[in-house]
Amino acid sequence: MATFSIENIELKGVTCCVPSQIENNYDLDMSTQDIEKLIKSTGIKQRRIATEDVCTSDLSVEAAEDLIKNLEWNKNDIEILVFVSQTPDYVLPVTSTIIQDKLSLPKSTIAFDVPLGCSGYTYGLSIIASMMKSIGLKKGLLLAGDTISKMVSKKDKSTLPLFGDASSATALEFDASSEGIKFDLGSDGSGADSIIVKDGGYRNVINSKSFEMESISDGIERNSNQLVLNGMDVFSFGISQAPRTVNKLLKKFEIDKDLIDYFIFHQANMMMNKFIEKKLKLSSERVLYSLGEFGNTSSASIPITLVSHLNKQPILKDTNLLLCGFGVGLSWGTAQLNIQKDFKYNLIEK
Amino acid sequence: MKDFLDLIAEDVFEDTDRSEITQDSVFVDLDEWDSLTALSLIAMIDQEYDVKITGDEINSSKTLEDIFEIVQKKKG
Repeated sequence: MATFSIENIELKGVTCCVPSQIENNYDLDMSTQDIEKLIKSTGIKQRRIATEDVCTSDLSVEAAEDLIKNLEWNKNDIEILVFVSQTPDYVLPVTSTIIQDKLSLPKSTIAFDVPLGCSGYTYGLSIIASMMKSIGLKKGLLLAGDTISKMVSKKDKSTLPLFGDASSATALEFDASSEGIKFDLGSDGSGADSIIVKDGGYRNVINSKSFEMESISDGIERNSNQLVLNGMDVFSFGISQAPRTVNKLLKKFEIDKDLIDYFIFHQANMMMNKFIEKKLKLSSERVLYSLGEFGNTSSASIPITLVSHLNKQPILKDTNLLLCGFGVGLSWGTAQLNIQKDFKYNLIEK
Repeated sequence: MKDFLDLIAEDVFEDTDRSEITQDSVFVDLDEWDSLTALSLIAMIDQEYDVKITGDEINSSKTLEDIFEIVQKKKG
């Protein structure tokens, strides 16, 4: 029953915000041959990295301000704000209330956090759209992003070259004429260890040992307060689950694959994404990528890929999109929706 | 088993001499083996056998025959 449709809610615009600092994978401390091989398999040439004083919330506030301005929205009309991130400002309180205040949104605004990653954008869309539809809210903001570089070991070649920082703001509005958004969501916690930061929660409270560096294998050194990525298990999960959730949604709603203008998958790495594309038998010109420029930006990867594409090729007609996020959790979410000609988009730097 | 080894030679160890790909090959000892070859192995098994193989299963295997046995067992 996790395949469902929320009618009358439409995406009106997206702004993404990335830090201005660029880290180039050609500058990695590896042999030229290994760098070439890495870039070929991951597709990632460069990534944006937030400075120490910039949090995901800062990028999100910039993105939201730009989007509100672009849409000429009155802030007092925004009734719900959902912040999807695994890099909040604090353990508590939630970051969404801090953002509500920074954006000067009314105190009547519903605000809460959703700590999902790669699947966070599509999950976030489903949560905000469901609440707007069921309560009868007119305007909502979904902020989704991460600064994963802050939890990655600089001495871990299995994570360092992959992750970039970014956030996004998406505007949703009630529209009686809109077909709405269709979803397929799911989860498999048996793979929770595949992508994990072990210390810092309350299962393993942070302690002095959390910062002791450990040599895992050649080129992989990290502490237990840093990100662990089991590449083989994540790859195995991604290539089987992503095609499955996409097919499930298409089948349930009898959607012809050929009527989808663009497919946007979570930007994991080129090898995995190309394999998913091949399994679904998609023509490559309809599958969008932003891996080369931004790497894996967690829950911001789908909106940043959309905005990067629209910057190169503006919308000339109503466009049918299929979005699919999958990863940490393990968790996945697919969404199918339309954006109209007047859809507002922007990519800014902080 | 021969078909499996042919697929391994074709899709996984593309730059390794075919004569080095046998059922007794200790795959981690082959020069071409690295984290990317591991992903190619997972992808090949998914595509050709519709079987999902995990990192632990690869790590606990020694020879290509061990991998083949896991595939056979999962295939049922």
